[in-house]
Amino acid sequence: MFVRGLKRKCFDGEEDIEGTLAGIKAIPSYNLQRQSLLDMSLVKLQLCHMLVEPNLCRSVLIANTVRQIQEEMTQDGTWQMINTQSTGQASLDRLVSTDILCRSSRDQAEGKHVPAYGTFNKDFESDQAQDGSETMSTASSVQTPRNLQSNMWEMENPQENKGNFQKSLDQIFETLENKSPNSVEDLFSEVDNSYYDLDTMLTGMMSNTKMGHCDSLETFSSPKNTASNSNCKSDLNDLDHIVEILVES
Amino acid sequence: ADIISTVEFNYAGDLLATGDKGGRVVIFQREQETKSRPLSRGEYNVYSTFQSHEPEFDYLKSLEIEEKINKIRWLPQQNAAHFLLSTNDKTIKLWKISERDKRAEGYNLKDEDGRLREPFRVTELRVPTLKPMDLMVEASPRRIFANAHTYHINSISVNSDYATYLSADDLRINLWHLEVTNRSFNIVDIKPANMEELTEVITAAEFHPHQCNTFVYSSSKGTIRLCDMRSAALCDQHSKFFEEPEDPSSRSFFSEIISSISDVKFSHSGRYMMTRDYLSVKVWDLNMENRPVETYQVHEYLRSKLCSLYENDCIFDKFECCWNGTDSTIMTGSYNNFFRTFERNTHRDTTLEASRESSKPRAILKPRKVCTSGKRKKDEISVDSLDFNKKILHTAWHPMENIIAVAATNNLYLFQEKIN
Repeated sequence: MFVRGLKRKCFDGEEDIEGTLAGIKAIPSYNLQRQSLLDMSLVKLQLCHMLVEPNLCRSVLIANTVRQIQEEMTQDGTWQMINTQSTGQASLDRLVSTDILCRSSRDQAEGKHVPAYGTFNKDFESDQAQDGSETMSTASSVQTPRNLQSNMWEMENPQENKGNFQKSLDQIFETLENKSPNSVEDLFSEVDNSYYDLDTMLTGMMSNTKMGHCDSLETFSSPKNTASNSNCKSDLNDLDHIVEILVES
Repeated sequence: ADIISTVEFNYAGDLLATGDKGGRVVIFQREQETKSRPLSRGEYNVYSTFQSHEPEFDYLKSLEIEEKINKIRWLPQQNAAHFLLSTNDKTIKLWKISERDKRAEGYNLKDEDGRLREPFRVTELRVPTLKPMDLMVEASPRRIFANAHTYHINSISVNSDYATYLSADDLRINLWHLEVTNRSFNIVDIKPANMEELTEVITAAEFHPHQCNTFVYSSSKGTIRLCDMRSAALCDQHSKFFEEPEDPSSRSFFSEIISSISDVKFSHSGRYMMTRDYLSVKVWDLNMENRPVETYQVHEYLRSKLCSLYENDCIFDKFECCWNGTDSTIMTGSYNNFFRTFERNTHRDTTLEASRESSKPRAILKPRKVCTSGKRKKDEISVDSLDFNKKILHTAWHPMENIIAVAATNNLYLFQEKIN
């Protein structure tokens, strides 16, 4: 994931959107930025959920960011708008628009095209507004990560969605805390049982299996493939079996 | 060579310990100045290497426990041996490093090669004599302090009483006695009853250098709490609370993340403390809680890149900071193998690079500059050319002299002030 320097990606069709209908189009682009940041944060939470012993500080900071976005979106009333859009698989390409959030001050001039929309100018990095040539996925399809409570986004009631969203955040913390099977099952669709092999666990072969997962994570081709390693779901029967063996020995 | 994860001089400065991701500790010793090799003064050579921690597996949680050494702290030297504490995510170990340069010869009951002698061959008694041998440095674990932390240990700090020390993880701080391994006292616990309500974690903790009842801990929300152990057994109520009010004009979604404090260090005098957050270093007067007395920008040019740094996770990098022996200068690391020093009196700051290309032995380091505006001058580096994989997270300053140790990924650089 690390890249040398900070190369910005460029999507076609940017100039048209930004240049001509600056006033009106600027508003959805802010929402897109924010949505993109939200998507990225959720993906990060998923990722750190899957790694061995996730870094709690990082998870807490990302979760706080997600909450902050959620609160702002609730205030804006854009929460409902997002829910009606299609769900699907998040791909890393679509998360790139967040580069807009990090503009240098020379782009502030373009930022003046943006009307005061809700809390936009005050709260956000408003001085770093859109740049014509910048990364922006098309406004029509805003994707959300599928593997985070996919049913959550399909529900029609925004209140319930908020509740489920909060619930999924909470579940992430619960699983960080105690790795209970129930909550993790909600978050992950696939589990590879081969990693619960007793020999594998006892001989500490986890590093090998971890490498295998990293490969699949990096491709980001399908979130479904980013299934858990054995951390995410513990088969209680296997655990009991292991404990029995340890106790008897 | 593995990635270095911690660097620490001992109290006298003659030993420098490094811990790495593979659980190894390497100790360097300063060469004594000799007439035959006058230029060797200040050179540090390998003194001892040992495996401190091994990878472990937590069976109940099905999680690996990394062997990476998070922190090393020396104990003050009280006899010929040296003692240090090293910790990974879960277990702290007290190591004794001792020298052996003599060997006993002339035992009565065994031969020179160790085999037992036949009793009837012992016709006379003799006193074994000590003969010199090649210097051997032995490291042995004297105490293992385990099973006291549910979360990852981020700090250890030896108390000025030289008898106790604290260990801090994300949510709790424990107090240990160096002699007792089966018991530790919990002195701070910020774990909420409901983990869903968790919004803040402990990021660093340190004992006051002179007051053995005082310690501080920093949080992911950019606050520092000073606690007095005399006030209560559980120091959840702080005695002092340090927080700088947020500048509303610079608020963004990343404000909280960049305010998270990655390191806190008391000055040698005990009057000040220094905190490192993502973009700056702040010096606080312990008598003033509402704002720091000094703020130094480490790499302000990254403020406009926060989103990309969030995307590639660099925004979560934990930089450390350190004081020089007289508290007149502070040092911290940055990206592209750059590290920065700030002179507090003159407000002069310097950016230097720790890399093979720019560091020929005995050559003076050239100051570096990052170009922030459009026009790049010669020898300047533009922000977009910075290598964010080359990060200097760990630095240490000799307690008395101007010698610094800089860890650049898996290389250790030692620089010293040129004396004319």
